[in-house]
Amino acid sequence: MNNTLFTNARLIDPETGTDSLGWLHVSDGRITAHGEGAAPTPEAQVVDCGGQCLAPGIVDIGVKVCEPGERHKESYKSAGLAAAAGGVTTIVTRPDTSPAIDTPESLEFVTRRAQADTPVNVLPMAALTKGREGREMTEIGFLQDAGAVAFTDCDHVIANTKVFSRALTYARACGALVIAHPQEPILSNGAAVTSGKFAVLRGLPAVSPMAERMGLDRDIALLEMTGATYHADQITTARALPALERAKRNGLDITAGTSIHHLTLNELDVADYRTFFKVKPPLRSEDDRQAVIEAVRTGLIDTISSMHTPQDEESKRLPFEEAASGAVALETLLPAALRLYHAGQLDLPTLFRAMALNPAKRLGLDSGRLSEGAPADLVLFDPDVPFVLDRFSLKSKSQNTPFDGQRMQGKVTATFVAGQEVYRRP
Amino acid sequence: MRFAHRHLLGIEHLSQSDITAILDLAEKYVDMNRQSTKHSDVLSGLTQINMFFENSTRTQASFEIAGKRLGADVMNMAMQASSIKKGETLIDTAMTLNAMHPDLLVVRHPHSGAVDLLAQKVNCAVLNAGDGKHEHPTQALLDALTIRRAKGRLHRLNIAICGDVAHSRVARSNLILLGKMENRIRLIGPPTLVPNQFAEFGAEIFDDMNEGLKDVDVVMMLRLQKERMDGGFIPSEREYYHRYGLDAAKLSQAKPDAIVMHPGPMNRGVEIDGTLADDINRSVIQEQVEMGVAVRMAAMELLARNLREAA
Repeated sequence: MNNTLFTNARLIDPETGTDSLGWLHVSDGRITAHGEGAAPTPEAQVVDCGGQCLAPGIVDIGVKVCEPGERHKESYKSAGLAAAAGGVTTIVTRPDTSPAIDTPESLEFVTRRAQADTPVNVLPMAALTKGREGREMTEIGFLQDAGAVAFTDCDHVIANTKVFSRALTYARACGALVIAHPQEPILSNGAAVTSGKFAVLRGLPAVSPMAERMGLDRDIALLEMTGATYHADQITTARALPALERAKRNGLDITAGTSIHHLTLNELDVADYRTFFKVKPPLRSEDDRQAVIEAVRTGLIDTISSMHTPQDEESKRLPFEEAASGAVALETLLPAALRLYHAGQLDLPTLFRAMALNPAKRLGLDSGRLSEGAPADLVLFDPDVPFVLDRFSLKSKSQNTPFDGQRMQGKVTATFVAGQEVYRRP
Repeated sequence: MRFAHRHLLGIEHLSQSDITAILDLAEKYVDMNRQSTKHSDVLSGLTQINMFFENSTRTQASFEIAGKRLGADVMNMAMQASSIKKGETLIDTAMTLNAMHPDLLVVRHPHSGAVDLLAQKVNCAVLNAGDGKHEHPTQALLDALTIRRAKGRLHRLNIAICGDVAHSRVARSNLILLGKMENRIRLIGPPTLVPNQFAEFGAEIFDDMNEGLKDVDVVMMLRLQKERMDGGFIPSEREYYHRYGLDAAKLSQAKPDAIVMHPGPMNRGVEIDGTLADDINRSVIQEQVEMGVAVRMAAMELLARNLREAA
C-alpha cells in the first residue's frame, strides 16, 4: 500500500483547529497532501471514509505494559492489540515494571519485545532514579542513547529535594524531559480517596486535593532553580491550576497532562467500594473535574493520557484500601473522550490537540498532526455509534475498566500506522 | 412488617420504618432476656458463624448470646489466627465458608467496605459487626433503643457525640441513624478528630466542649481509638482529658436529666471520668450492653424470616 487516498473523510486537524470534510493522500507511510472538498483524481488505492472522522493517531504518554515482571497482566502483544483497537498509534511506556526500567540493558529488552510483538509505535520511558527509589539518578545519557524518550519515577514522588534537583539539573544538560507525579508524598500516604463528604461516609483514608498543589508548587520551585524540561503526569484538581498557569506565564519549560478517568469520572463513582474506580491520584470532586475539562479546553493542560494500568482480578477483588490502583484504558480512551465531545464541552480538534498533537510535540515527534510530511499514523472513527462496554471484549490481558457496562458513543473503525492498516473493526 | 433487606450492612440503607421495626421487636427481647428462662426457637436449625477479623470481646459475646438464645447453632471463628495468616484472601475465605451453608454470617473487619465485599460473594445473610471506619449498625441500633427507653422518644432530641469521631464507625452509624430519626446532632472534639466534612451531614461542630454540651439531652462519648491513629492527633492524653474528657463539671452544661453513653470499652480518665461512668443516675452504659443483645436478636430474627421465606 504505497499510495492511499482517503476520500469523503471528516478531517480532524488539531494544528489548524479545523473539522471539515475533505480528502487525505498518503504515500510511502507519510501524509503527502490533504484538502477540503472533492479529491483530486488519484493514482492510488482509494479508501472511502463514508463521512467518518479521520484524525491523527493518539500519542499516549504513560502506558503501563507489564513486561518485565507481570506479563500475565499485560504483554507487549496484548497492549499493542489494545492500542490499535483504541486508535492509539504511539504508546509511551512507563518504567514502573518489576524490576523498573532503569538501565540501558533493561531498556533494550523492552525495545526488543516491543518491536517483535507490537503493531503500533512504542517509545519507552526510563526511570529517573535507580529502582524508582528516589536516591540515585539513573544513567540518563546512556538511557537516552538507548532510546528513552523521557524520564519518570511514575507515581513514586522523589521526596528528597536534593536528589530531585540534581536529577533535574543533570537531565537539563542532556536535554531530557522529566515527567513527575505532583503530590505531597507524606500527606497523601495511604490515601485511597479524595477527602470530602464521600470519604467520610465511606470511612476511607483520604487525602486533601491540596496535596497535589503542594507537590506541584514544590516542583515548580525546583524548575525555577534548575531550568529543566518538565511535564506533570496528571493535574486533577482546580487548586493546582493557578500555579500551573503562573509557571507557564513565567516562561518555565513546563507542560501538564491529565488522565481520561479524571476527565470523565468523579469521586462518587466509587459508590459501594468499587475497586475498578481506584486510581492514583484518586478520583476528584465534580467541581475539580469541570475545572480540569476547562483547562484542557483553554490549553492550560496540554495532554490527555489513558494512564493505562492493567491489574488482575486478584489485585482488585480486595477491600478498597488494600486493592491495587489503576485502570486499563487504551481501548476506552477515545470513546470516553468522546463523552466530552457529545456533552458539548470539547470539540474534536481540541481533543486531538490534547491526545495527539501536544504529546507528540512534547516528545519532539513529527506525528500527531495531519500536515504534509508527517507520518501517516491515523485513526478513522465513527463518533456516533452507540454501544455498551463489555469488559470481557477488551483486548488487554487485564479487564479492570471502570466503564464496564456503561453506555458509550463512538468507536474506532480503523487504525493506520505509517500508512499500514493495523486494525479494522470487524 | 416485612424487612426488605437481605443483609444488615449499614444504617445508610435503612429507612425510618426499618429502624423502628427493629427497635420494636427488640423491646420484646429485652423483656424475654429478663426472664429466668430466656430461650426461643426462632433461629432453630439455622447456623450462625461469627467471623471476627479484628479483636472483639463484647460485640462477639453479644452476637453469640443473641444467636444462642434464639436457638441458632453458633460458631465463632477467630480469623486473625487462621487462614488469613496463611495468605488466603477475604473472598476465598468467604467462598469456603459459603460452601458450608451458613445462614447468618456476622462479620467484623479492619477495612472499610470489606463486609460489603464479602456480602456480594455469599448466599447467606450478612450482619456487619463493624468494618474499618465505616459502619457499626447494631451499635447504632442499640444506642437508639437505649435513648428511646430513657427519653421516651427518638426524635427532636439534642444529641452530642463527643471525641474521636474521625476514627469511629460508631459515630458514623449513629450520625446517620439519629439524623434519619430527625434529631439535632452536635459533634464535639478537637478539629483533628472531628473533621469539618462532617458538617455536610447536617451536624453542628464544636471544638469547645462546654459550649457544645449546652442543653443537650444525650451525651454520647467515644473511645479514643489509639490503635487506628497514625501520627499525632492530640498532644497528650492528659490535655485531651482536660479539654474533652467528660466530667461532672462539663456535664453540668447539659440538661439536668441528660444521659451519658459510651460504646465501650472505656478509657477511664482519658475520655470519661470513672466515677461519672459508674453513676447510675446519669450513665446508661450498662443498659447499652443489655440492649445490644436484644437488638441483635431482633435484627437476626428479621433477616432469618426472609431466609425462611426464600427457602
